[in-house]
Amino acid sequence: MKSIITVLGTDKVGIIAKVCNYLAETNVNILDISQTIVSGYFNMMMIVDISNPTKAFEVMSADLEAIGNDLGVIIKMQHEDIFNCMHRI
Amino acid sequence: MLSRMEIQETNRMIAESNLDVRTITMGISLMDCADSDIDKFNEKIYKKITTYAKDLVKVGEELEKQFGVPIVNKRISVTPIAIAAAGCNTDSYVSVAKTLDRAAKEVGVNFIGGFSALVHKGFTKADKILIESIPEALDVTERVCSSVNIGTSRNGLNMDAVKRLGEIIVETAERTKDRDCIGCAKFVVFCNAVEDNPFMAGAFHGVGEADCVINVGVSGPGVVKKALEEVKNTDFETLCETVKKTAFKITRVGQIVAQEASKRLNVPFGIIDLSLAPTPAIGDSIAEIFQVMGLEQAGAPGTTAALAILNDNVKKGGVMASSYVGGLSGAFIPVSEDHGMIEAAEMGALTLEKLEAMTCVCSVGLDMIAIPGDTSASTISGIIADEAAIGMVNNKTTAVRLIPVIGKGVGESVTFGGLLGYAPIMPVNKYSCEAFINRGGRIPAPIHSFKN
Repeated sequence: MKSIITVLGTDKVGIIAKVCNYLAETNVNILDISQTIVSGYFNMMMIVDISNPTKAFEVMSADLEAIGNDLGVIIKMQHEDIFNCMHRI
Repeated sequence: MLSRMEIQETNRMIAESNLDVRTITMGISLMDCADSDIDKFNEKIYKKITTYAKDLVKVGEELEKQFGVPIVNKRISVTPIAIAAAGCNTDSYVSVAKTLDRAAKEVGVNFIGGFSALVHKGFTKADKILIESIPEALDVTERVCSSVNIGTSRNGLNMDAVKRLGEIIVETAERTKDRDCIGCAKFVVFCNAVEDNPFMAGAFHGVGEADCVINVGVSGPGVVKKALEEVKNTDFETLCETVKKTAFKITRVGQIVAQEASKRLNVPFGIIDLSLAPTPAIGDSIAEIFQVMGLEQAGAPGTTAALAILNDNVKKGGVMASSYVGGLSGAFIPVSEDHGMIEAAEMGALTLEKLEAMTCVCSVGLDMIAIPGDTSASTISGIIADEAAIGMVNNKTTAVRLIPVIGKGVGESVTFGGLLGYAPIMPVNKYSCEAFINRGGRIPAPIHSFKN
């Protein structure tokens, strides 16, 4: 099962580190990661494998949101199906 | 692999254009709760509803988290009470409405629909009891929604019901006048009512339905508006294609939520209702779509054509996105729930007569319209008859949800709050139709109903 994590906000040191540390702790494997910075605005997208996480989806989603709040960025974790259904027939 | 662009597009729809799933509605049959003792009947329906729907809100909230898309309402529809409670020895169904209200509060849904009767060809004793119970039922409950079907294209119109319901609407307004006549906002009169509508106030669980079913209503006027802003000044072909593509994407979100809800609740998936349902939020308005299409205000000449385009292309885009499409499917035009409609009505751009014309091509009918409190019952019946005639002759669902605001007149406004919004009181034609309504009886089915 795959999930998409998006991070939006002002760029600063340690955003990816914090997110990746959390994912490692919860046994979530990162399959793809890309980021851009447009005029100081940080925009990251990750595709992760959540086949065997140590925590429930809702818990991870809430934890990542909290990490985002600490960093002053918006972090969202969504099941990939929402994107697949909309963009793939 | 998904591209960054695709992911951004979806999340922009959610964050900036109010994309949401408007409602997950669980339809529950109450047919097996029949009992001649009304107390026992109430006990049985309470138990059945609170058992079947106990996880509905929880699952809805889980799905919101999982997909990152808001699911605004979780609701329940039940078998029309005039059918389910027909065996009870009683002369009032108010206690049933109270039980439904209690059950809705217990499971945490914001509305429960089905305090309803189907009288398109005539009344049973139970139908009459239900109709007479409506004013008190809507007065003493908060979350119960009521509807009556008074006509179909196959059967014609029950004009005795039309006459009595005009009076019932006035009585309901009177009884709830201390709360801005809110009772009338929870009551709708239908022609060609559908059995799997997930939207309130008209949802009920039809007699042809399974024991329990999940129906989902999608929405997204804001997403359509945003997409149309990208194609300003293009021709109608581009306009229609854009609406279709957007409707497809919106509906796919509804489909996946419906499938997942059905799986988690272990209840069969019924239908997706492809509706553009506005909310009072800025940017979530059908009237704003008209403006992007090129009309100065909703109600301007061209509005009916614009709505016809919108309604048709929402369906064309949506049908391919879902395995089962049903319900009302189309564009809703509730006045009080759409700030652009409110604005147009306030400045006189949008009149009741124009709204009536628009109902020929929208998904339902005259919806959430506040009218002067001194409007006579027969005039309300006349408006219902006109609207029902449009539905009957054009083989479409039409409905009337009017709120006569007791003690107020044209130029004033009324606030219902929340999703029900607020509305300016619109002028109604002053000439009488009393002698016409007093005729009573039935209007026969139209000639094109004979299709066998």
